[in-house]
Amino acid sequence: MNENRYSAKFKAVDALLLILAAVPILFGIALYILLTPASSGIEIAGARIYFTINMPLQPLPITEAQVNSWLVIVSVLFLCLYLTHGMSPTRPTKRQHIVEWAIEQTQHLVMDNMGEFFKDFAPFVAAVMVLSALSSLLTLVGLYPPTSDLNVVGGWAILVFILITYYKFKCGPLHYLKSYTEPVAFLTPLNVISEFATPVSMAFRHYGNILSGSVISVLVAAALQSLSAMIFGRLPGALGDIPFLQIGIPAVLSVYFDIFSGLLQAFIFAMLTMLYISSGFPEEDYKEKLKRKALAK
Amino acid sequence: MELAIGIILGCCALGAGMAMIAGIGPGIGEGNAVAKACEAIGRQPESRGAVTTTMLMGCAVAETTGLYALVIAILLIFLAPGRLVNILVETMNTLG
Repeated sequence: MNENRYSAKFKAVDALLLILAAVPILFGIALYILLTPASSGIEIAGARIYFTINMPLQPLPITEAQVNSWLVIVSVLFLCLYLTHGMSPTRPTKRQHIVEWAIEQTQHLVMDNMGEFFKDFAPFVAAVMVLSALSSLLTLVGLYPPTSDLNVVGGWAILVFILITYYKFKCGPLHYLKSYTEPVAFLTPLNVISEFATPVSMAFRHYGNILSGSVISVLVAAALQSLSAMIFGRLPGALGDIPFLQIGIPAVLSVYFDIFSGLLQAFIFAMLTMLYISSGFPEEDYKEKLKRKALAK
Repeated sequence: MELAIGIILGCCALGAGMAMIAGIGPGIGEGNAVAKACEAIGRQPESRGAVTTTMLMGCAVAETTGLYALVIAILLIFLAPGRLVNILVETMNTLG
């Protein structure tokens, strides 16, 4: 708190935190360059397996997607440390203003969508949003985005499913089982199916959007390569080998598929998390239960 | 053998194309949603933020069926041919 903001030590720690936030991404790029065999053509492939760990039941492959998502997590950790470094109640820095604005926005969003009871959910929602957004934005530095792997997004969806079920269980297991028979008893199978469709559709939505974006980008890049080979192939010497049409045009697609779609899917995943958790929770019954408990005491 | 592999590859590609017919549904649905959102903003410009957020949410949910089709198409293109050809080769080997 009493640290001098202009001292050399403060600035050194600042710089160190920023560098530590950038190092995981650079490490990911280095790992990608070192471990990926060089290939001439444009290809569509899943996450590359870096190495496998021998586990009792079956070998556990460590893929690009897992490594990259851990790198993003470490990077976000140091970014948060950098942003909150040197906070003071009396003399706020520029980045403190930014962070306060972001936190207020998130709390506002959570209060609007989930209500008073869930107002402590803001950090979780913000974490999901930032993790998803930065994972999708990894395509901008040429890394494999973890969100285009079903396993990573499926893990998040299962986490959300556990949270939904936990809050449904708040009124006891009998109330939970009874909620399946509403509005009519014979709809129970459909309710069970829709319960399990929730995480599946959440995972598929996020993964499908990011993956389809990268597949379409690769297809367009390949098409532009062969098109420019067809048009400019007659040029003499090395000029004929340069794919002129590949300059600039894929960038326009990248703005939509990588930046807009990635950020939108992060927002939607967080929104759906909030809506599913708060709509599954029987708030009225829970309040009544609390009242009855208070009366019994 | 070559004929059988060719039929497998062709049918996988055809199936992927047919799966993506499902893309029509989300297209119409999202078009409707955006049209209604535009109308709503035209009527009440001050509610722009809330309408846009709700519309994006609705679009994302409406997109789900299309994405199911997309996942099936991707499986058919990238995974199914290799697996089916492997099965074919194995059965040919066991039959002799």
